Amino acid sequence: MTGREAIIKVRGLKNQFGSNVVHEDLDLDVYRGEILGVVGGSGTGKSVLLRSITGLQRPKAGLIEVFGVDVLARDGAGRDTLDDRWGVMFQDGALFSSLTLRENVEVPMRAIPGLDPDLRRELADLKISMVGLPYLSGDNYPSELSGGMRKRAGLARALALDPEIVFLDEPTAGLDPIGAAAFDTLIRNLSQSLGLTVFLVTHDLDTLFAICDRIAVLAERKVLVSGSLRDMLDVDHPWVHEYFHGPRARAVLDTAQDSPDARSDARPDQSPHPTEGDA
Amino acid sequence: MIATATTGVQGRVQNDVSDRSRALAPSPTGGGARVRLDPASDPQAGDPCLRLEGEVTIRTVSNLYEQLEAIAPGKLTGGTAVAPVLTIDLAALERIDTSGAWLIAMVEARLQQAGGSVRITHSTAETRLLLDEVRSALPKKTEAPAAPRGLTAMLENLGRRVTEGAGFLAELTGYFGLFIARLGRMVIHPREFRMTALVAHCEDVGLRAVPIVSLMAFLIGVVLAFQGAAQLRQFGAEVYVVDLISISVLRELGILLTAIIVAGRTASAFTAAIGSMKMREEIDAMRTLGLDPATVLFVPRILALLLMLPILGLIANLMGLLGGALMSWIELGISPSMFRIRLIEGTHISHVFVGLVKAPFFALIIGIVGCHAGMQVKGNAESLGRMTSNAVVTAIFAVIVADALFSVFFAQVDL
Repeated sequence: MTGREAIIKVRGLKNQFGSNVVHEDLDLDVYRGEILGVVGGSGTGKSVLLRSITGLQRPKAGLIEVFGVDVLARDGAGRDTLDDRWGVMFQDGALFSSLTLRENVEVPMRAIPGLDPDLRRELADLKISMVGLPYLSGDNYPSELSGGMRKRAGLARALALDPEIVFLDEPTAGLDPIGAAAFDTLIRNLSQSLGLTVFLVTHDLDTLFAICDRIAVLAERKVLVSGSLRDMLDVDHPWVHEYFHGPRARAVLDTAQDSPDARSDARPDQSPHPTEGDA
Repeated sequence: MIATATTGVQGRVQNDVSDRSRALAPSPTGGGARVRLDPASDPQAGDPCLRLEGEVTIRTVSNLYEQLEAIAPGKLTGGTAVAPVLTIDLAALERIDTSGAWLIAMVEARLQQAGGSVRITHSTAETRLLLDEVRSALPKKTEAPAAPRGLTAMLENLGRRVTEGAGFLAELTGYFGLFIARLGRMVIHPREFRMTALVAHCEDVGLRAVPIVSLMAFLIGVVLAFQGAAQLRQFGAEVYVVDLISISVLRELGILLTAIIVAGRTASAFTAAIGSMKMREEIDAMRTLGLDPATVLFVPRILALLLMLPILGLIANLMGLLGGALMSWIELGISPSMFRIRLIEGTHISHVFVGLVKAPFFALIIGIVGCHAGMQVKGNAESLGRMTSNAVVTAIFAVIVADALFSVFFAQVDL
């Protein structure tokens, strides 16, 4: 790992809807190259946090910096430079329904000056194939695809410009366990080969254990704790304890410990073909 | 993450033959990336070497591709081997992303296809990982089965459409039968009848449509009087404007335009309501709970339309006459009492019945089309929108067709 360079910095974030305070005094750092999993109970504002960082939701107070650019700056001068450095995958892919899958992936590429349309098509096909979709699905419209395929397509569009950060909102929700495991592997592979930083909102314990370098727990309106999975197991807070020691977590943990190479020393820097412990 | 710049395992020092290389100056959009081809000076010096320099990213890939074309037209990109082995040297690479990796993998794949091979030197571990990822992901192009063309395909298409149309009519008839069957069932088992739903739909379909229908009919009366006056005045036959208005409004326009407005308003509402329930699987939930969607959803809606459309038609008739009378008074000086006398003397009561007898038929058409379209909605929002606009178009079209058929029928029976 290279030095701990925080590329997302959130300080004193406050989000409030009416009288309902979702975040208060929330601090969070995301370091370059890591896969950060954000967890929390329903209504703790995981998605709101993601939307705040990506500038879709204006917080009441606080400071958000991505690559040192103040996302909340009124003039929005810095924001333009960010658009091709991050990609966002929404829960159901949020593909444009009037465009084919390939055209969807091409949308962000159209902003690149001087990119030949034929090359753009080839690159879109490459992205579609990289997320594990068959070549011919590029001609399909989103309504013709299954939920899992739409998620993959959403990821392909988020990755279209090779961003440095991707934000994934519940990437494995609604997928069957095999599809979810494949998606986990996909995210980890891409993050390794592209040097991606991944900000991942999830409920999926398997995802957390399989691919996340660091976990941030949202509770009591802030990031209660953040750290590795091992750190999480020692936290005393009742919700965190329940979450990581509950029956479901136990089951996942036991399986993970049975196969020692599952997580602990994953990301072998030398091996060009990372071995998938859980695939 | 993986920052150590390891020299490629198969890396070897290239002879510096850059003075003879054909280098291309990067264009403004090139962003400092360029590609050079160093031809092998002699067999001992090794293979030709392609050097990639600068930032090889999505912003420069188009430019680099052109440079490759310019260096060796149709060879590197076209897959003709320049030499048995081509070395691609990445020593001067500053940044590479998937697009750049695609360029390398593409050249490699095409040369390999032509029987050549490629060696990549001075790549970092990171780049190798990226190249591996891209190589394994290079899409295997498969052709979609080509759609048949020509006369056969056209005929086939036509046949399909005709069958679809016939199927659609059959389905509508099926829904009509379903409605009648459920209605009959409710006559036998009155307890199943949903009075509350019926009243609610009556309010929605009937009462709330009164303002728009009234205004429309009033304006139609005004327009008829105005146009009729302008024409009939030429013959000194102004007083016949009353017949013109009364016959056209009572016989045709009142009920037809009301039905069209209701089709636009209510057919779409039925489709949207039933369609969104279908989309959220509420209809399936109903079935599993032993509730019959036709009883719960269709009957109250269609019945409400059946009851309300004649009333709306009557209101439209009255408002049309009112508008006509008002305009006749202003424009032609025909006083309201004169209008009334002329109306009673000149227009037979049968015109009213000829008009209003169509209302229940229109109501059935609109209701059935709306409910049927709602049930055709699939699991996504696009189909809901599509079916809603389909329902409106189909309902209006069907109402006009039915009206034309009625005209022919009444002409034949001399009414």
